[in-house]
Amino acid sequence: MNAAAPILRVENLDVSFGETPVVLDVSFTVNPGECLALVGESGSGKSVTARSLIGLAGPGSAVRANALEVAGVDARGVSQRAWRSIRGKRVGFILQDALTSLDPLRKIGKEIDDALRLHGSGSGAARAARVVRLLESVGLDDPVRRAGQRSGELSGGMRQRALIASAIALDPALVIADEPTTALDATIAAQVMDLLGELRAAGSGMLLISHDLAAVAKVADSIAVMQGGRIVESGPAERILGDPQHPYTRALLAAVPAGKPRFAPLSPASSTASTPRPDPPQGSQAQAGCRPVLRARALSKSFTVPGGPDFAAVKDVGFELHAGRTLGVVGESGSGKTTTARMALGLLAPDAGTVELFGEPWSQVPEAARRTRRSALGAIYQDPLSSFDPRLSAGSLLADALSFGATRNPRKHLARIHELLALVGLAAELAGRNPATLSGGQRQRLAIARALAPNPRVLICDEPVSALDVSIQAQVLDLLDDLQRRLGLSYLFISHDLSVIRHMSDEVLVMQGGAVVESGATESVFTAPAHPYTRTLLAASPGLAPRR
Amino acid sequence: MSNKRPVLSPGEPVLAQRTANRPAPGTWGPKALAVRLPLLLSAAALAFFVLAALVPNALAPFDPLAINPAAAFSPPGSAHLLGTDESGRDIYSRIIHGSRPSLLIGAAATAIGLGLALLLGTIAGFGGKWLDFGVGRILEVLFALPGLLLALVFIALAGPGVGTTVVAVGLTTAPGYARMIRAQIIALRTSPMVEAATVLGRSRTRILATHILPNALAPIAVLGTLGLGQAVVWAASLSFLGLGAPPPAPEWGAMLSAGRTYLALAWWMTFFPGLAIVLVAAASTVLSRALKTAGAR
Repeated sequence: MNAAAPILRVENLDVSFGETPVVLDVSFTVNPGECLALVGESGSGKSVTARSLIGLAGPGSAVRANALEVAGVDARGVSQRAWRSIRGKRVGFILQDALTSLDPLRKIGKEIDDALRLHGSGSGAARAARVVRLLESVGLDDPVRRAGQRSGELSGGMRQRALIASAIALDPALVIADEPTTALDATIAAQVMDLLGELRAAGSGMLLISHDLAAVAKVADSIAVMQGGRIVESGPAERILGDPQHPYTRALLAAVPAGKPRFAPLSPASSTASTPRPDPPQGSQAQAGCRPVLRARALSKSFTVPGGPDFAAVKDVGFELHAGRTLGVVGESGSGKTTTARMALGLLAPDAGTVELFGEPWSQVPEAARRTRRSALGAIYQDPLSSFDPRLSAGSLLADALSFGATRNPRKHLARIHELLALVGLAAELAGRNPATLSGGQRQRLAIARALAPNPRVLICDEPVSALDVSIQAQVLDLLDDLQRRLGLSYLFISHDLSVIRHMSDEVLVMQGGAVVESGATESVFTAPAHPYTRTLLAASPGLAPRR
Repeated sequence: MSNKRPVLSPGEPVLAQRTANRPAPGTWGPKALAVRLPLLLSAAALAFFVLAALVPNALAPFDPLAINPAAAFSPPGSAHLLGTDESGRDIYSRIIHGSRPSLLIGAAATAIGLGLALLLGTIAGFGGKWLDFGVGRILEVLFALPGLLLALVFIALAGPGVGTTVVAVGLTTAPGYARMIRAQIIALRTSPMVEAATVLGRSRTRILATHILPNALAPIAVLGTLGLGQAVVWAASLSFLGLGAPPPAPEWGAMLSAGRTYLALAWWMTFFPGLAIVLVAAASTVLSRALKTAGAR
């Protein structure tokens, strides 16, 4: 494309913290107008690599390289002071979490103006005009008003755009983006990715960091896959996505649920699990005609907003969940998914409408009457750790759930605790550990084990895999699939991720602004969407097709 | 690996050093000892005063009330370690005997303050909208009055004495604790942890007893340790004003008050009781901070 010198050249980069090496012998180059994606799961060293390129590897780190040229500067031996003139001006850095990277007390226009002023660019009026142009270029409506707002007044997508605006304020030759869309809804993520694509087209070099191959497939020219601090495979995006050579790359690709049929295992670990795969779910079809296990009719819920009109979070939502089946609920943040789940769980009383559990009233009865029937209904959440009592070990948590709170002594229920841990694929030794010391995937498995303790028939899963890496997500989804078939569970499965919903659900409910806009059998909804919003969601959902 | 690579950014030296300086748990090298010195000294000081409160006669060489006019105003020396007062009573012995009322008043007042706060905070945090509103207004009234004034009003109503001092200091510290307990409980009440317990079919009272209160109390225990030192200072202040233990009794605040008349003549009469108060307050502050970092880990 361009014969000019690379904008980023890294040769044999090593980074270690004390005695522990975290990045080993990493080499790559990025040319102007090119996008390289660095892909790997948490702990693979991809973020540390990106940070050491701009002198932010962190305290206690030792960075070594044979060559480290960043935007035309030999970055080896650059002092912290000199880094400041490189960051922002020559290299723009976009972080994952715009909420924590923007100062909540400052107007975003001021934040961007700072970047311009510190690098000595123009008069006050000229800078103000430039701020507005920047906000406009990242696709924010009404940029003059947005410049006067603080980060808390903006939605997640707007914040991420404001952050990108501040990162590109000085037309950096190189943009480094660390998981820029991981925290965003699919349609917003697609817009941010388009924006990054435009920046690249305008001639910036780009280094994109992600745990999700699908998220980068549309933008990346080339992909480097990292595992355990090393690049295990790299090459043009089409080749990596179409003809992966390394087993780890294949595993990452297999973990992407997009386009995988229902019940197909996503993780190689799951297919080699010791438990034999039981028969296909013939029972679910047979029971479909029976009474639904969970039924919601015309649910509505509004919340009072201080100094404003009531906010209708859920409007006239109805659904039926049948035994052994999965009902997927998909929608973006604020679409009323979680409010619906809380009403189904009997944690929130609906303003109108009813919920029935096994054909008997559930939402209309007092909590004391619900309590005895609660064992039939379990729940798992996006952040399992916050749903655990921080003082309890994994075994005590399960003992607490098994004994209905009467005892937390794991010894009294040891056999059943080991059975539950084995059911979710956790080693029995983990019973003594504090959940805070477990990995994200292990925590979610523990949460599932706890939910299964009272032998529920229905599990309500609220974004259970949204906080997990794609490869871990694949294992947890496989586990849920497996449990459904073995125990005949019914799932109400909530996610903002279309490909996850498509992989997991028999029927699907598409929600927007508190209302159901489309529902039906998953495949028919996804292959022939009737509502324009469903089509928008489908178009925004990242697949594995590389850029042409 | 090639060996000609230059080391680049060694990181920010100050931060790196700080993390490196924190001793690993269980190590007792000279470096670790130096870092832990304030904590060790604080623990030693508190242990000394607790011991003094438990067995004053074993530590004190003289009767704290024995008058010896011949030895009045003796400066610190070999006969009287910390000197004597205007009646020839041994200051060191009086400080030792004074630690029992001082620590007892501090501990009892903190216990009363925390107990009252636990009740009020739980009612406000868990009892619903109207109880929260009612308790909130009561606390605001208590907050509106300066703490010492509140204690003085109570003593004026109930009459001076050790018991009154304890209740007065307890009452004064309760609103602050109550506010914090209420905030803790409200934050925990709406937490995913409590939601998960509800879904598992727990009753509200069981959730309060097994999940909310234990988790709310851990940070309060830190405050209680901090409050102990504060309560000792409060009790001494009231005694200084003549509202605590009656005059001849050895009590740190009362000793300060008696000594201030002779400040130019016998500085040791005020200096050493004051030092005892400062030591207890400072030691409990250091200990509470250590508890806090231990809890955060």
